[in-house]
Amino acid sequence: MKMKKKMNRNMVSDHIQAYTFIGPAIIILSIFVYISIFVAIYMSFNQVNLFKWTFDFNGLDNYRRIFTEDRIFKAFSNTTKFVAVVAPTQTVLALILAAVLNSKIRGQKGFRLVYFLPTLTSSTALTMIFMFIFSISGPFNTIGMALGFVKEATNWLNEPKVTLKIIMIMNIWSTIPYYMTIYLSALQDVPMSLYEAAEVDGASPFKRFMNITVPHMKPITSFVFITGIIGTFQMFDQAYIFSNGAGGPQNSTLTVALMVYQYAFSLLNDMGLASAVAIILAVVIIIASLAANKLNKSEKLYS
Amino acid sequence: MKKQRKYAKPILYTILIIYALITLYPFLWAVSASFKTFKEITGGGASIIPKNFTFDNYINLFTGTAKYTKWFFNSVFIAVTGTLLNIILNSMAGYALAQIEFKGSKAFFSLLIATLTIPGQVLMIPNYLIIKALGFMNTFSAIIIPSAINVTYIFLMRQYFMSFSKQVEEAARIDGVSRAGCFFRIALPLSRSIIATQATFIFLGFWNDFTKAMLYLKDVNKFTLPLGIQATQSQSSGFTMWNETLTFSVVSMIPILIMYIVLNKYFMQGLRMEGEK
Repeated sequence: MKMKKKMNRNMVSDHIQAYTFIGPAIIILSIFVYISIFVAIYMSFNQVNLFKWTFDFNGLDNYRRIFTEDRIFKAFSNTTKFVAVVAPTQTVLALILAAVLNSKIRGQKGFRLVYFLPTLTSSTALTMIFMFIFSISGPFNTIGMALGFVKEATNWLNEPKVTLKIIMIMNIWSTIPYYMTIYLSALQDVPMSLYEAAEVDGASPFKRFMNITVPHMKPITSFVFITGIIGTFQMFDQAYIFSNGAGGPQNSTLTVALMVYQYAFSLLNDMGLASAVAIILAVVIIIASLAANKLNKSEKLYS
Repeated sequence: MKKQRKYAKPILYTILIIYALITLYPFLWAVSASFKTFKEITGGGASIIPKNFTFDNYINLFTGTAKYTKWFFNSVFIAVTGTLLNIILNSMAGYALAQIEFKGSKAFFSLLIATLTIPGQVLMIPNYLIIKALGFMNTFSAIIIPSAINVTYIFLMRQYFMSFSKQVEEAARIDGVSRAGCFFRIALPLSRSIIATQATFIFLGFWNDFTKAMLYLKDVNKFTLPLGIQATQSQSSGFTMWNETLTFSVVSMIPILIMYIVLNKYFMQGLRMEGEK
């Protein structure tokens, strides 16, 4: 009887402790995530004028515009291209590099230290450096002309056909090390004896990679690929800094995230449309990651 | 078979070295540019070694009109405060979810998981309006408070605390130590390395944040480093002061590099721990 009472008191105090411990997280998430989602959905059905602070219900108008305006289409097409190139490339290269680093290599620590540099650097500093490299006086021109693949000094930042590719390269280059580190720590779980046995059997390093590393890394690959998809669909910083928020030249660096920003915060003053675009983007991201997940699972059936 | 082994190693080293050069080149270029004159930077040479070695760019950072020192310390303040808050709040939440049995713990857990699926763009606009309504516009709170917790690291801490044996704690509690006492005196000190891992990545996130600073900080005196660099570069329409921009980009990387090297031990420890699970 006495025992039970004590337990009850303990349980009450446990509850108070638990709620105090988890409280701050819940309060912050409630304000900046849960409430915000509903605000975003509400706004997407309204014509919002931030300057006059008016909300006028306009039904599905904002959503209709998404499917009719050329500029919005361009942003979605740029973003899709970006995701389609960057997400798979960074996943594959990160896995290869991790596997190479994981084979008995001298100076592994040093290589890791160097490789990690881009992950440590802010997107601002990275974008500045890349912008300079591809600017008219940058080393890309100098080296390109010396090697013959650049005909005359060009300001590549103003070439609509090239700009998105520069951002792709920059993004792949700067995200590989992070994913490589994830792979590398997962690779420690693969028993060395598997590799040694394969080596005794005469399997080439490439075969060992394909038959041991790749299958063992499947769950990690799924994680890295989906994280990559989610991240690349939301690319904003680099496009903003590259074009100073304009998405230029000729909308070539206009991503969906950048366009959301433009509609919401620039003189376009159309937060309702911006919210609708953001929600569509969220739906696209969810569908894409579910599809990627399914693809990865179905592959398992054959291997 | 022997032949294969002979080939393999040099090929692996070649791959590693080439990739190391690809990684290093842009940084080397930026560092070397920071010791070059403006004329040499924009003159189009490809040499990594400066012709006329100069410290002028660094001296200009402190004597010029741009408020580099101010921006630097703004970034330090935001990153340090934000990281400390995250360490305490994430660990507390993770601990509650892992070690305490309470009503609604499963519901809270699913609520947290759900937030991971929501892209930032959906929240950007409502958050902006909320920040404005709360009067946080143009203050550091606008950047620190919404990011004072991080769901990913709450999970990390939860997972870590779940591996703790409940027996140690039960023994301590029978001895009259309170829950809070258990948390601060037993659980936290035992999780130093995982906290260091968490701190590294969170500090990095705050230090390198651009979007939030750009949305919420309008006063030049309140700018953070990344925002300051971007503002300096974009103000000069069409004519970028590459010497200043690149030098300051280099300076902005120094604290992170120092932290990475100093905390590397903890950082790798954390990763190893992850791998051993």
